[in-house]
Amino acid sequence: MERTGAQVLLECLLQEGVESIFGFPGGAVIDIYHHLPEYPALRHFLVRHEQGAIHAADGYARATGRVGVCLVTSGPGATNTVTGIATAYMDSIPVVIITGQVPTPLIGNDAFQEVDIVGISRPCVKHNYLVKDVKDLAWIIKQAFYLARTGRPGPVLVDLPKDVLQAKTVFEYPESISMRSYNPNLAPNRRQVRKVTELLRRSRRPLVYSGGGVISSDAGEELTWLCRTLRIPVTSTLMGLGAFPGDDPLWLGMLGMHGTYAANMAVGHTDLLLAVGARFDDRVTGKISSFAPSAQVVHIDVDPTSIRKNVNVDVPIVADCRQALRGIREELEICPDLPDWSEAHQPWLEQVGEWQRDHPLRYTFSEEPIKPQFVVEKIYELTKGEAIITTEVGQNQMWAAQFSKFHRPRTFLTSGGLGTMGYGFPAAIGAQVAFPDKLVIDIAGDGSIQMNIQEMATAVSYNIPVKIVILNNGYLGMVRQWQELFYAKNYCSTCMHLNPDFVKLAEAYGAAGFRVTRAADVERVLKEAFAVPGPAIVDVVVEPEENVYPMVPAGAALTDMLLV
Amino acid sequence: MRHVLSVLVENEPGVLSRVVGLFSGRGFNIETLNVGPTLEDGLSLMTITTSGEEQIIEQITKQLRKLVTVVKVVDLTHLQSVEREMVLIKVNAEDERRAEVLRIADIFRCKVVDVSGNDLTLEITGDQGKIRAIVSLLQRFGIKEFARTGTVAMRRSMQVD
Ligand SMILES: Cc1ncc(C[n+]2csc(CCOP(=O)(O)OP(=O)(O)O)c2C)c(N)n1
Repeated sequence: MERTGAQVLLECLLQEGVESIFGFPGGAVIDIYHHLPEYPALRHFLVRHEQGAIHAADGYARATGRVGVCLVTSGPGATNTVTGIATAYMDSIPVVIITGQVPTPLIGNDAFQEVDIVGISRPCVKHNYLVKDVKDLAWIIKQAFYLARTGRPGPVLVDLPKDVLQAKTVFEYPESISMRSYNPNLAPNRRQVRKVTELLRRSRRPLVYSGGGVISSDAGEELTWLCRTLRIPVTSTLMGLGAFPGDDPLWLGMLGMHGTYAANMAVGHTDLLLAVGARFDDRVTGKISSFAPSAQVVHIDVDPTSIRKNVNVDVPIVADCRQALRGIREELEICPDLPDWSEAHQPWLEQVGEWQRDHPLRYTFSEEPIKPQFVVEKIYELTKGEAIITTEVGQNQMWAAQFSKFHRPRTFLTSGGLGTMGYGFPAAIGAQVAFPDKLVIDIAGDGSIQMNIQEMATAVSYNIPVKIVILNNGYLGMVRQWQELFYAKNYCSTCMHLNPDFVKLAEAYGAAGFRVTRAADVERVLKEAFAVPGPAIVDVVVEPEENVYPMVPAGAALTDMLLV
Repeated sequence: MRHVLSVLVENEPGVLSRVVGLFSGRGFNIETLNVGPTLEDGLSLMTITTSGEEQIIEQITKQLRKLVTVVKVVDLTHLQSVEREMVLIKVNAEDERRAEVLRIADIFRCKVVDVSGNDLTLEITGDQGKIRAIVSLLQRFGIKEFARTGTVAMRRSMQVD
C-alpha cells in the first residue's frame, strides 16, 4: 500500500514509540496535520508559540529520558524554535524537530515562508537533514531518533519539503541502522578504569563532581553506590541536581558561581576530583587556573570533545557514565587490600562537615516583604522532593537550585547551558504531559514568565495542571544584582515597571490566580494552588533587592566567594 | 603551528559547511581547503591546513570526528606525509623578458599552459616551499593572476624517523 510522505512520517513516529507531539501548524506541514487524526495514538498538543513547542518537547525529554518531538511549519515556524533547539543542544537533550519546508522546486528561490533552517540550525543541532526524496524519509527519521538519544544526546532536526510530504511511497521501516561515521564509544577502557581505582585507593580527599551526563545516562544509582560505599562527598552542577540524593550527609550542594561554600572549598582542597558527565563550564570552574589546584582529575564523559577542553585531565575515560561507574565498581570489587574508606576519608569528611556547618546557605527571614528563599523552602517542605520542579532563568533558578533538595534524577528541569528565560513554563507543560499525576511546578521570575506566558492557553485548553510560582521582585533580578554589585547600582532597564496583574492574567486565560504578600500566608496559598485541579499562578510579592549568595564573581577563583 | 588535516567525509550537500562551521564558530582561520571525491562511492576527501595551538587543534580534530558526516580525521602534521599544491600563475612576459621567465619555469619544472603576446601562464605543483620560491622569483616580472588549489596531502607508507 502506498502512503504519502506525511503518513510515512506519522508511521515512523508510531514505530519510535512516540506518544506526544508538541506543535503548531502551517501551510508547509498541513499534510501532516491532515493525516494526524488517523493516528489517535499520537497525541498532539497545540501550543501558542513554536518556542513553547520545542521547550515542551525538551521538558518531556528531560522528565522521561525519552526523545521529545516537536512539529512546526516552515519559515517563521522553524525560526521560532531556534532558541529552544540551542537550549536543548547546550544541555544535551534528545529532541527531534520536524520542520516543514517549501516544495523542493522552490527551495533557494526566496519562496513564501522559506528559510534555510538546516543552515540556521546547523551550529546548534547534533545533526540535521533536508529530505529530498520521500524514499529517504523512513530511514532518516529512524536515524534522527537514533542520533538524538544515543552517545551524547542532542537535538536532531528534519526538514520536510511539502512535495515530499505529498509524494507517495511504500512504507517500510528499516530494522537496523548502520552509520560508518557514527559509533559512540560507550564502554570504558579497562586500563583507565584500573588507574581510577588506584587513584581512589591513594586519595585522602576525594570529591565527586557530577553533571547532567549522569542523569542522561541514568547513572544515578551507580553514582550513589560509589559515593556512599567509598564515603566520598558529592557536589554537582546545576544540570546534575537530583542524581545524588539531596538529603544525604555526603551531599554538599551545587558548586560554582552560586555554589555552596562547602562545595567550592572542597573543590579548592580535594586531591582527587572525579568529574562524571560534567563539562567544566565556566559558571562552574570560575578562574580555570585556580580550579581544583591540588587535585588529580579523572574525567568520565561520553563525548571526547568535552575532555581536556577547559582543564587538564589526568585520567580521561571516554564512555557512557553508567558503564564507566559500573566498570569502576567491578574493578573495586575484585581489588584486594582496599582501605577502610570511612577511616581513610574521616579527616576530610570532618573538614567538609565543618565548612558545611560554618557556612550553610542562609538568608534573613522577614514577614513582609517575603524572602524568595523562604518560598522555595516552603515548596520543598510541601512537596518533599516528590514534585517535578522547572525553573526560569535568573535568581529564581539559583534559589530553586539552592533551597530545594532533589532526591531523584529528572525532577529538576532547568536551562543550564544556554540560560534561556522562558524555558521553565513550557518545559513544565511537557513534563506534566508525561506525568499527568505528578505535581509540576515552575519556579519563575516576573521577567522570565512573560517570555512564554502565552502557553497558559495551552495549559488551560488541555487541562495541564502546571503550577507557576512567580518570585515577583519587580526586577530582572539577576541582572539587577550584577548592576548592584559590579556596576555602581545603575539599574538601567532592569526594573519591570509595568508588570501585568498576574492574578488577573491567570484568570483571563481561565486558570486560577493567587497572590501572597506575607510570609505567614505562603504555605496556605501554595497548598491551595497545588490543590486546584487545573493550572495556576501564584504571584508571590518578594523582597525586590534580595541577592543570591554565595557568589563567586565572574572570573574569580571558586574559593573567593562573596558570602551573605 | 601549522597543521595539515586529512578529513574523509560523506559526500552530501552541506557537509562542507558543517566542517567549515566548526572553524568559523570558534573563530579559527582555515589557510587552505581542498575537497574532491575519492575512489569509494559517496566519500570525499578534504585536506585542510590551519594553524593554532596544540590544544586548539586537538579540540578541532575531536569536533570534526564528532560530526555525523565525518568518517575519519587524520592530523598529518606529526606523520611523514607528501604535500602538494597546484598553482596557476599568469606572469608578465613581454619580449625581452620572456626567455628569462621560461628559464625559471624550466628550473622549477613548470608547464606552460597558455601564452599570449604579453604573458605566460604557468602550471606548477609542489610543496609550499617550492611555491613560495617561484612566486618570489616571478614577482619582479609582475604577476597578473594567481590561482591555487590549496594543499592536498597523503601520509607516506613508510614512516621512518
Ligand atoms: C532570553 C534571555 N534574555 C536575557 C537573558 C539575560 N538574563 C539573565 S537573568 C535575567 C533576569 C531574569 O529576571 P526574572 O525572570 O525576573 O528573574 P529573577 O532574576 O528576578 O529571579 C536576564 C534578563 C536571558 N538569560 N535569557
